[in-house]
Amino acid sequence: MTPAPRPDALAPGSEHAAVVVENLSRAQIVQYAGVSGDCSPQHVDEEYARRVGGYPTVFAHGMLTMAAAGRLVTDLVGDGKTVTFGMRFLRQVWPGDSLTARARVEEPDSECPAEFTRLTLTVVNQHGQPVASGYATALVDGLVGEAPRP
Amino acid sequence: MAISWFPVEAGHIFQFARAIGDPNPVYRDQDAAAAGPTGGIIAPPTFVEAGQHFDPDFLYRPEPGRAWFGSAAEPSGTPPPVAAGQTALHAETHLRFHRNLRPGDVLHTRETQGDSWTKTGRRGGLLTFHEVRREYLDAEDQVVVEMRVVSVTTEHVVDAE
Repeated sequence: MTPAPRPDALAPGSEHAAVVVENLSRAQIVQYAGVSGDCSPQHVDEEYARRVGGYPTVFAHGMLTMAAAGRLVTDLVGDGKTVTFGMRFLRQVWPGDSLTARARVEEPDSECPAEFTRLTLTVVNQHGQPVASGYATALVDGLVGEAPRP
Repeated sequence: MAISWFPVEAGHIFQFARAIGDPNPVYRDQDAAAAGPTGGIIAPPTFVEAGQHFDPDFLYRPEPGRAWFGSAAEPSGTPPPVAAGQTALHAETHLRFHRNLRPGDVLHTRETQGDSWTKTGRRGGLLTFHEVRREYLDAEDQVVVEMRVVSVTTEHVVDAE
């Protein structure tokens, strides 16, 4: 079977960006705490965050930032194609922050041949400060772990 | 942390997608998902994080009969738990997918402690890193997702700049 051509949007060197969090609400942090199960007081408990933790206020789970960046990844590469996805958290994300995820399509390399799309990722806040950086790889064609669907 | 039963359910995927702000119908609309290339609902890439609900030893939720270190009317004064791999801040997560998670999957985990190392940070003083590797396996004991998490304990509070 001839592999599907790479969509033009995923040409190596192309860059993409999307606002993935806008004016982060405390309610969204609580929503994520509830659905993920991580109710750490530093994320959901203002009294604790300020008086015990010594933070100015609560801050978002790193995995909420990663999940938000994941939206750009899957919107770009398509659903069910992601093979690897990693992020390093560089700076806290606070209530009221807005996050822009950026992805750059990299050239294939020995570890990531042409049947994959390789992205480098950064997430910046409204001040332009990076809050996370990472990568993703995805199949150009087909779904991860599955034979092609007819 | 070890999870013996993590049922992947459509309603949980829907709520997870809502919480992360992702309106993609492949996470919430079974008819649209069935008509698309995935042939049905799948979970977003970071969904395995929600497996924390099914870890009986997870310390970051209140449980009846267990002192909670967060506040009620006032901060409780109970010291925070320090469990291996679950320290003050989350530094990195790396995921590798062997197939997509779909409603109906029932997962369990296998976990190994990785390396620990220290470095001096610009903002947090002495930083102690700890790595945990966790595999999520399906009912046939096949690895579905590999996860590597690096957590960091900081010497000082890292706050806004």
